[in-house]
Amino acid sequence: MNRHHVQRAGFILLGAISLIVVMPILLVVGSIVVRGIGAVNWEFLTAMPRDGMKAGGILPAIVGTLLLTLGTALVAIPIGVGGAIYLSEYARDTWLTRTIRLAVINLAGIPSVVYGLFGLGVFVLFLQFGTSILAGSLTLAVMTLPIIISTAEEALRAVPTEFRTVSASLGGTRWQGIRYIVLPQALPGIITGIILGLLRAAGETAPILFTAAAFFLPRLPHSIFDPVMALPYHLYVISTQVPGMPLRVQYGTALVLLTLVLSLNVLAAAIRSRFRRRRQW
Amino acid sequence: MNRFRWSEFLIESLVRIAGFSSIGFVLLIFIFLLREGLPTFSEVPAENLFGTHWYPTFGLFGSLPLILGSLLVTLTAILIALPLGVATAVFVREVAPTWIRELLKPLIEVLAGIPSVVLGFFGMTFIAPLVREVLGAPTGLTAFTGALVLAYMALPTIVSVAEDALDAVPKAYRDAGLAMGATKWQTIWYVVVPAARSGIVTAVMLGMGRAIGETMAVMMVTGNAARMPLTLDSLFRPVRTMTATIAAEMGEVAQGSTHYHALFGIGIFLFLITFVINLTAAATIFKKRRRGGLR
Repeated sequence: MNRHHVQRAGFILLGAISLIVVMPILLVVGSIVVRGIGAVNWEFLTAMPRDGMKAGGILPAIVGTLLLTLGTALVAIPIGVGGAIYLSEYARDTWLTRTIRLAVINLAGIPSVVYGLFGLGVFVLFLQFGTSILAGSLTLAVMTLPIIISTAEEALRAVPTEFRTVSASLGGTRWQGIRYIVLPQALPGIITGIILGLLRAAGETAPILFTAAAFFLPRLPHSIFDPVMALPYHLYVISTQVPGMPLRVQYGTALVLLTLVLSLNVLAAAIRSRFRRRRQW
Repeated sequence: MNRFRWSEFLIESLVRIAGFSSIGFVLLIFIFLLREGLPTFSEVPAENLFGTHWYPTFGLFGSLPLILGSLLVTLTAILIALPLGVATAVFVREVAPTWIRELLKPLIEVLAGIPSVVLGFFGMTFIAPLVREVLGAPTGLTAFTGALVLAYMALPTIVSVAEDALDAVPKAYRDAGLAMGATKWQTIWYVVVPAARSGIVTAVMLGMGRAIGETMAVMMVTGNAARMPLTLDSLFRPVRTMTATIAAEMGEVAQGSTHYHALFGIGIFLFLITFVINLTAAATIFKKRRRGGLR
């Protein structure tokens, strides 16, 4: 076997391993779509659960997840984008700035269940928000923050320095340069980062386990101090905590959650690729 | 004119506060974990705390089975994910034609986006029965099942960081290898991959950080038996991790009880482990920082 045969064998091996990595992804998505599609109909999406969640719909879980994600967005977007603007436009390379970067990296690595403990300790008990949309959204927002900061900073840094110089040479202040020149240029990248952060928040279970999630609550919430059902927690509940749950309902719930998260994923990818094509610098 | 400067100052202050908030949140998380978790160490004697039995209802808070459970599942997951991830990164980066790359990368991104509870659900309904049949074990909910699911959850991180590392290897290295008459494969195997070594180590560490902190999927597929995984067949028996213990038990404990404090104590431990892993990984990344190299 000469070295060219070795190369051929090596490349085939690498390709085969990549296939082993990718096939299960298709299997997961495919099997959930195939087995779940039969359960998803108008009633499933718009009705309250009945018969101990074995029948009816999952409306409160869908609404709960949307509300938690909205709450997360309201808190995490201003702080995250603001932090990114600071790191990219204002911060000099000092030990304090490096500490911020370390903090962001560290926040990104904290286990989701530890965020749950943090939310329970700070928002639910110490600030006495109770198990509520508010406490859950705040917990998810802190978890989402590092994703938004790092992607938004990357997008801001990609804007060439000349753009800022030209703005300053025309008599613009630093903030005017950022507000009217840099931010609009970086916007698609920032939005992509925000979507990626929010889809992570929408799919998480552990952080809301003790801060927001209700086991079974067949009504829509009245205020931000109400607990809610949420899609990921609901899937956990019906697949592990309720005996005799029809598989159809479980797969249906998984499909709705997967569709929500993956469509956000596709949206982020679409914005990114469209932006790359249109960019003139 | 004066009002103008005020608005500049105001905005700069707001942006600065947003920037520094990350430090504030890390401190806040650590302080609250300590506040709720430290009492464990005065309430539970050390030999109990590091004992081999976790039965909170009987006042037994031995954390060793949980720590070893997490270690067993995480290390097995990394052993599976490391070769798969690095090989995939090399294939995508060095070998695959463009159209295959454009196909593989979004798929791996999809994997990163799938919620852990969905993967856990898939593991329960699909992989666990498979494991049971193949092994002939009484249950498919084992440490191995957890490791398998975790491996795939760590893969996107490992592939993307390893790819960045390969990307950072200068083109001149490859050219030199090929110019000396080596095949492309020899250049990859003997030049490019060794040159990307430290980045690959970082990839593995970040993947490990991701795996050890993973909660829902692990809780759903490992069977959750808090037993010491010391025998050889432990990998194919149920096991319980630190994260799953917190998630499963926190809902039912009374605030301020010893059990409550002990669960926060596990939280402190998890926080410190991931803190060290991420800091070490960050140090390597900072050292060889490239534009856009940090993900």
